[in-house]
Amino acid sequence: MVTLKDYAGGPTAWCPGCGNFMLLRAVQEALVGLGKEPHEVLSVSGIGQAGKLPHYLRCNTFNSLHGRTLPPATGAKLANHELTVLAIAGDGDCYGEGGNHFLHAIRRNIDITLIVHDNQVYGLTKGQASPTSDTGFATKIQPEGVILAPFNPILVAVAMNASFVARGFTGEKDHLVGLIQEAVRHKGFALVDVLQPCPSFNKLNTFAWYKERVYKLDEGGKYDPADRAAAFQKAQEWDSKIPIGVIYTNPKRPTMEEQIHAIREAPLVKFATGGPDRSRFERLLEEFV
Amino acid sequence: MLDLKIKIGGEAGQGMQTVSHTLAHVFTRGGLHVFAIQDYQSRIRGGHNFSALRIRESPVFSMPRGVNILIALNKETIDLHRGELHEGGVIIYDGEKVKVEAHQNLLSVPLDRLAQEGGNKLYGNSVAAGAALGLLGYAFEPLAEVLRDVFGKKGTVAEDNVKAARAGYDFTTRNGHSQFPWKFKPLDDRRRMLIAGNEALALGALAAGCKFVSAYPMTPSTGIMTYLAGKAREWDIIVEQAEDEISAITMAIGASFAGVRAMTATSGGGFCLMVEGLGLAGMTETPIVVVEAQRPGPAIGLPTRTEQSDLEFVLHASHGEFPRAVLAPGTSEEAFYAMAKAFNLAEKYQTPVIVMSDQHLADSYWTIDTLDVSRITIDRGQLIQPEETEKLAGYKRHAITHSGISPRALPGYPGITVVTDSDEHDEEGHLTEDTGLRTRMMLKRMRKEIGLAQEISPPKFYGTANPEVLLIGWGSTYGAIREAVDLLQAQGQKAGMMHLSEIWPFPSGAVATALESARACFVVENNATGQLARLIRRETGKAVTGKILKFDGLPFSPEYIMEGIK
Repeated sequence: MVTLKDYAGGPTAWCPGCGNFMLLRAVQEALVGLGKEPHEVLSVSGIGQAGKLPHYLRCNTFNSLHGRTLPPATGAKLANHELTVLAIAGDGDCYGEGGNHFLHAIRRNIDITLIVHDNQVYGLTKGQASPTSDTGFATKIQPEGVILAPFNPILVAVAMNASFVARGFTGEKDHLVGLIQEAVRHKGFALVDVLQPCPSFNKLNTFAWYKERVYKLDEGGKYDPADRAAAFQKAQEWDSKIPIGVIYTNPKRPTMEEQIHAIREAPLVKFATGGPDRSRFERLLEEFV
Repeated sequence: MLDLKIKIGGEAGQGMQTVSHTLAHVFTRGGLHVFAIQDYQSRIRGGHNFSALRIRESPVFSMPRGVNILIALNKETIDLHRGELHEGGVIIYDGEKVKVEAHQNLLSVPLDRLAQEGGNKLYGNSVAAGAALGLLGYAFEPLAEVLRDVFGKKGTVAEDNVKAARAGYDFTTRNGHSQFPWKFKPLDDRRRMLIAGNEALALGALAAGCKFVSAYPMTPSTGIMTYLAGKAREWDIIVEQAEDEISAITMAIGASFAGVRAMTATSGGGFCLMVEGLGLAGMTETPIVVVEAQRPGPAIGLPTRTEQSDLEFVLHASHGEFPRAVLAPGTSEEAFYAMAKAFNLAEKYQTPVIVMSDQHLADSYWTIDTLDVSRITIDRGQLIQPEETEKLAGYKRHAITHSGISPRALPGYPGITVVTDSDEHDEEGHLTEDTGLRTRMMLKRMRKEIGLAQEISPPKFYGTANPEVLLIGWGSTYGAIREAVDLLQAQGQKAGMMHLSEIWPFPSGAVATALESARACFVVENNATGQLARLIRRETGKAVTGKILKFDGLPFSPEYIMEGIK
């Protein structure tokens, strides 16, 4: 039986009060709840405070470059689709530096769970605006406030018909655990955008700010995440009320792995590695004669 | 010895390459040796493109100046290439379509009309191919056989093409053949291969057990992924078109980390984007093979032409220091074996290996005897198997060892976790800022270069030992330099070639010795500054006598090299 102890990693380097602590705990609890062993899990991360999470979560880890979370995660999943692959990124990492990969990962619908630590600010570089910073958010680089419109990852994901789109909040840990478990169980690309306070650099979107606004979509039992029109509406709620939960699902989209002939029976990594059969290869050479 | 050049010119979309390729197959099947080049513009239709092939009874490696038969599918081809004709050479053109002033070299063959009479006026190119063979007095049947192979059993397409070719053949047999000074006959029916650089690189990857290719299309590298994508289903490999080159290389790195042989291919512009990925592979000690098919830069440069201006870029690409190997095959045959070696080196030393190509290598065709797959062995280095539990006890992905190579396990092995990081990391793979550990890890990674250097083959030599003139090159200039040596020797000069097809770690000792043995040394490079000359100076302390450079986007001819020796 896998326990939380199995997923305990090294000492953390995050600031006190950081939302990352709850997020790490939620990931650990989710994996334990799913009965996954650490060797069955691969976490791939980018750079930033979020990118450090895999170092504190004992499992296979590929800590990649800034913004390059999804491509290596995709390559690793295609090479061994028996692995549970978590892509762990920050808002700057995934929606700024790696924005193009985010769009194309949705298109591929590869069976990866993307967890984005979305604190609407750059932490590691000390407080600049991120792609999801609210308009007007003032920083040392944007002293008069951000004039760009914020990137709405949920709305983009719904627009691209992503097969699983969810938003969580670190102030609702148990709810977040459930979302992550659902995302991992989902066959296909799953986005879990996680709102979290950054006590060091985001004095606007604080714990209290989020707490006041978030509400759970599944409370009341009327919301149907398969309803895309409703999902578009929920994806646009922000200023006074922010929905958390599964915002959209489309389980009908086939996954990338299901459609690739080479891995129809076994993972790519399980093929014998002695190279191709000699006589078969020589027949191939005949095509050039 | 007969040595014949046929050039086919026209607008993009007129099918020059098909004519060239068809004829190249005909001659190769007849036991002759062919070398063919493609010169095209970055456009889908229009412009001026040509394909040229050279035929000889012994192996050919380059395209000297001059043309014996010019097949002009438009007027511009006549205007541009008429001056290249050897005395007695013939221009085949369709006088019913193209109006030019009469000239003794012009031979009007009604390509469209003969094709129409054969069943379809679209098959004028087959008429032209037949006409060329008719002039040469070469047997017709091999052409019919190749056309049937190319067009298969699609309705009457094959037979209509054969009819068209026959009409062209009969036409020049009656008109022009008797005056044409060069005749060719099939030599034997030995089954040789006709293969382009890109195809050979792709086959090399397949033979090496490459299972994963992620790439973004970019001329002149695209042919590699195109070939492998066509074989993906049959050979159980994954070929993924990435959204950009950053994704292409980092996706391949992810696949390699998870345990499969993985590669990407691009040109210099795409490699610019891959540079951070190269460093990622170096830092995380993940094997990766990158084909860099150069074209003239900087920026978009000349997208469809050739150049060798990325050598220093590739040697230094990425910030920070880490071991790498750089191979630079000179022919399609070398390209095949270079790929197999690249995958072995990448896995043995857990570091990036770059195979340098360029448009000249990528798109040119060579006749070769065969590719010997039995010469390829697969060495996955210190890859631990999941059942080797004693090796997995207390597993540390980046264990510090004497050779610098840390035994590699894969994510998914029961009982262990595999951790790596683009940050400096400890032996387990977790990030560290311990300065002492940083030093030890750097030294560990750099120690791999000692083993890697011993794997690099010495340069290849051709011609006279202790020559008066030593011509030095790397990559695709192999053929032109070799034939320049032949020409110099025929003139009574003691000439030799030193060719580096494995360029980094630099074989300093062998290069220094060769430089000392020659009276004069010239580098021959398709770039403007002599990058190999600088590298030689840096690594051996020796300067070359001179540099023969070309950077107009076109490959060297042997004559151009000879003229550069001063």
